[in-house]
Amino acid sequence: MPYALREALSAFHRSPLLTLLSVVAVAFSLFVVGLFGLTAHNITRAIDRIEEKVEVVAYLRDDASDEQLRILQQEVRLIPEVLGVRYVSKTEALATARQEMEEFRDVFTDLETNPLPASLELRLKPGSRDPEAVERVARGLAAYPFVEDVRFGRDWLAKIVSMRRIAGGAATIIGGAFAAVAAIIIATAVRIAVFARREEISIMRLVGATDGFVRRPFLLEGLVSGLLGGLAAAALAWAAFRVVDRVLIRIEWLPLPWVLAGVAAGAAFGLFSSAIAVRRHLRAV
Amino acid sequence: MIRLASVRKEYPRSGAALNDVTFHLRKGEFAFLTGHSGAGKSTILRLLLMAERPTSGEVRVSGFSSTNIRPREVPKLRRKLGVVFQDFRLLRDRTAEENVAFALEVTGTRRSAIAPRVNRLLAQVGLAAKARAHPDQLSGGERQRVAIARALANDPVVLLADEPTGNLDAWSARGVFDLFREINAMGMTVLMATHDLELVRAHPEYRTIELSRGEVVFDSAAAPATEPV
Repeated sequence: MPYALREALSAFHRSPLLTLLSVVAVAFSLFVVGLFGLTAHNITRAIDRIEEKVEVVAYLRDDASDEQLRILQQEVRLIPEVLGVRYVSKTEALATARQEMEEFRDVFTDLETNPLPASLELRLKPGSRDPEAVERVARGLAAYPFVEDVRFGRDWLAKIVSMRRIAGGAATIIGGAFAAVAAIIIATAVRIAVFARREEISIMRLVGATDGFVRRPFLLEGLVSGLLGGLAAAALAWAAFRVVDRVLIRIEWLPLPWVLAGVAAGAAFGLFSSAIAVRRHLRAV
Repeated sequence: MIRLASVRKEYPRSGAALNDVTFHLRKGEFAFLTGHSGAGKSTILRLLLMAERPTSGEVRVSGFSSTNIRPREVPKLRRKLGVVFQDFRLLRDRTAEENVAFALEVTGTRRSAIAPRVNRLLAQVGLAAKARAHPDQLSGGERQRVAIARALANDPVVLLADEPTGNLDAWSARGVFDLFREINAMGMTVLMATHDLELVRAHPEYRTIELSRGEVVFDSAAAPATEPV
């Protein structure tokens, strides 16, 4: 086993308390960041789900021919923003109305002719659900002479956009603050661990160890503490997720790349903090 | 081996610590560096370790010169210097043999070569039986012996000692000093900084360089042989 690795591992058993301190500092700091990520992710997912319901409905004139309808459907499918098209016939519209509006069931039952128009319901692709794109699609539909009217939840859309903006801004600011605090805590813990071994560093330098040689075990130790802390944070966040999901509300777990990125950030930050802390001591003597 | 030529060292706050210091130590020589505390002994040792550079003048140690040594070469120089301090500077969480092995590990000695070499070094300083003891379990004299073994680990060409007997009782001090003499007798150059004038007077056979306020005020190698001490 190379010296640096042996030395890094033996640090864990020579000063278990200090090493534990770094690991715990990384774990709790990243745990808080993870909780925040979990919240942000679930809010985003909730907004996504609401947004999925955005649709554009084109009401058709009763005199539209089958041929016109066929062409319209074909052309609509070619619009890049459109994800799917559903044709709702007059009969279907009436049945739905009867079902959904119970108070008016009688009104809808005693009809001689069906007053409800047939319609095309368009679902849009993710990324094309912003007000501009929806307006564009709606205008295109309205241009057809046999399209009576085009409806979409204009106010609803605006609300979603502002919700996203607020959530995004809050995520950036709060997430940034959490990450910065985590960074400071990790750096401090690592610095204490390195400081405790300053004597060792000065002796190494005295007997002629090169800077790289002095640095390596500390870097490795920082990397390993960061990695362990990151994994512990992921485990804690998972436990918190399970509890919330079972006891409070159903939520989603973080996407795997996020988790991996968090653990990697812990490892990278442990390494980076060590590098800075050791450099400080290498300048002396 | 060691040559200081017109060395001056100034510190921004405290002013000149050394002024026009010149001396030359030959291979195999044993020299005391004496003077009151603050006379500049430790500064000279720091300059020899190239932890600092002189403000003017030149320090040469074993082929390295303070005027052109590169930071990357400093570790190479230090492997040629064995250093012993008043406060031992042992790692408390390691045994005697681990402390000695440490110097070999950090200079990249082959692992299989370390254990036999450590055993030999500890035997040389008379501590073979205490190889597994931690510094806290050793007396001051024994700790200094471990430090000496560590200083010798990388086969230095010079042994530098900064008040090596300063923290020891008279009996331990004598043992440690005798060890330095033995090491010198085997051909090692030794420079020992001390303010123990009794010790210096008791050994007129060794060269004495006396510093006062950063200047060499006496050098027995340059003085007539009849100079009273």
